[in-house]
Amino acid sequence: MDQQNGNTKKYGMVIDLDKCTGCGACMVACMAENNVPFREDDTDKLLSVSWMRVYRLGNGKPFPQVEECYLPRPCQQCEGHAGHSPCVSVCPATATDYDMRTGIVSQIPTRCFGCRYCMAACPYHVRQFNWWDPIWPDGMERMLNPNVSVRMRGVVEKCGFCFHRYQLATDKAYLDGRRELEEGEYQTACAQACPAGAILFGDLNNPTHAVHKIAQPDSTHGGRPRNPKAFRLLERLGTNPKVYYLSSKEWVRKAGDNQVQRTEQTPKA
Amino acid sequence: MDSALIPKGVKRCSIGQFALWIAVVGAVLLWGVWAMLLCYFRGLNQTNMNNAYGFALWIWADLAVIALGGGAFFTGLLRYIFGKDELKHIINYAVLIGFICYSSALLILAIDVGQPLRAWFIFWHANVHSMLTEVAFCLTCYFGVLTIEYVPLVLENRQIDRLPFFHNLTHNMHGIMALFAATGAFLSFFHQGSLGGVSGVLYGRPFGFRTGLLVWPWTFFLYTWSAAACGPCFTLFITRITEMATCKKLVKDSVVELLAKIAGWMLLTYIVAKIIDTVYWAAVTAPAMGLTLMDFYSNNPGSAYGLWILIAEVGVCGVLPAVMLVAPGIRSNPSMRFIAVTLAVIGACLNRWVMVLQVQAVPVLPFEGWFGYMPSWQEIATTILPVAYGIILISLSYRYLPVFPQEQELNPIEGGK
Repeated sequence: MDQQNGNTKKYGMVIDLDKCTGCGACMVACMAENNVPFREDDTDKLLSVSWMRVYRLGNGKPFPQVEECYLPRPCQQCEGHAGHSPCVSVCPATATDYDMRTGIVSQIPTRCFGCRYCMAACPYHVRQFNWWDPIWPDGMERMLNPNVSVRMRGVVEKCGFCFHRYQLATDKAYLDGRRELEEGEYQTACAQACPAGAILFGDLNNPTHAVHKIAQPDSTHGGRPRNPKAFRLLERLGTNPKVYYLSSKEWVRKAGDNQVQRTEQTPKA
Repeated sequence: MDSALIPKGVKRCSIGQFALWIAVVGAVLLWGVWAMLLCYFRGLNQTNMNNAYGFALWIWADLAVIALGGGAFFTGLLRYIFGKDELKHIINYAVLIGFICYSSALLILAIDVGQPLRAWFIFWHANVHSMLTEVAFCLTCYFGVLTIEYVPLVLENRQIDRLPFFHNLTHNMHGIMALFAATGAFLSFFHQGSLGGVSGVLYGRPFGFRTGLLVWPWTFFLYTWSAAACGPCFTLFITRITEMATCKKLVKDSVVELLAKIAGWMLLTYIVAKIIDTVYWAAVTAPAMGLTLMDFYSNNPGSAYGLWILIAEVGVCGVLPAVMLVAPGIRSNPSMRFIAVTLAVIGACLNRWVMVLQVQAVPVLPFEGWFGYMPSWQEIATTILPVAYGIILISLSYRYLPVFPQEQELNPIEGGK
């Protein structure tokens, strides 16, 4: 249905782990773009807020077989079954929503009252709580992004695929008399900042977009990738995420899920 | 000094002793209030919760007290709907305990949310798909019902009862109490169940997730069932504690045995259902999500969540007390009965503990490890706060209200006052 309906987008990401160097530029860009708060001592990562987090994975083997891989993890923008993503369906105050037009899971900080049920529901730990009020270093408040509201203590926040950029791009397209966005018109901060070009962003429903061509999502099987090098995190849970990872290494692909027994398929011509 | 307020025909300690007791418990209560104020004014950074442990000690306490407060609705159901008239001698106390449990739960929830001033959003912007929405609505409504059930007891105070209006009001409220008992049972079915659904619907968390019937996971039914089984056990547990504290027999053994017997059968049927649920989850549900049973119980720091916790919950605190309460010979022994209800209470608390804490401790992403958590003193103090509040309310009610109708008969005062 999605592909037949020209207005329905499914924005998603393809992250090539073979290219990722773990430099953290995506994390920095994300924080700057989205006014993500930080503290003087932000070393406890279970208390800090990072919409994009880079994990370091190892193959667990001794030298010289040891291998490492960096895995950037934004919000996976789960569709679940018919938009019932794990976090959206549990929020008691409708402070988060699945946008059927874009496939983006939104977060409304001013609606959130901080029950944290969504955090308990998310298996990817992308939802984070503001344990403190944000305190910006002197002068930094003048550098905050005016398109993104800062959040107060006591609410949950998460990556929204830079939704404000989508709004700006659609506004511009409307003024130009267009209804459709070009692929490059709406890009997330992390995708633009990645020096290795490891993060690609676009409409998974659009066959001309790079993300569609690479991930080759199988809409008849909940968006599962047809590309044998592609995988999604925790595929078995049925969260139906829109972030695809690429790796040429089998151990990396296996690290994406618990005991996945996947039949690798040859991509269709 | 306050003898005019004390029910006729019963003996109470002196006002000085009572004041001292209240002062001691009140000090604990104030400690909890101080911690609560810290959480309100400084925020939830006063806790040791973190982004991996969004739910922690408070939510466990919430679920546990609601389960244990289930004695109110189930005893009311037995007394007013199923006609177990004998239970009228313990229903007052069951209602009082339920009232304390539910008001405590609401208090804890009010501290637990990050933005307490927005707590009303749960009603105003309600998401009908969320189990927490169902919890909030049913819990609030049922607390109203419990208040209505508790009010007649307050109005039976000697001095208040002298006023004809309140005397008649009490009489009329007793007349329609069956209606409230039925409403309470209906509401309890849903909020106990939806509390079970809180973890049961989390399909991103294989430890908590369960398949189910229509929109309700099996935990929905198991929670209601366990509350109906362990709630009365808690009523009996607190009754026995009160008897020990007051050095008096307050409820006849026949009443206690009847409630213990019903609770025993409820517990036995519940634990059979729980075992079936656990086996199905371990053999079918969890493997379909890529995990085995032992993934949930091994390789965690200090074996805090080892297989022992499952054995303790289902075996030691489930099967064992169920068998003890069902067997007439064991049930009729007061000490064994007390051990059985204590185990059942611990079992319900353990069940809620794992379904809140372990759900989040278990790593789901294969490249993450177990998450640890130790509550801060502020969390502990705010969790003890409702306990202190409960003790004070029980003390006041016991002193000034005819909570135990059989007390006078069981403890005749020589020369009768």
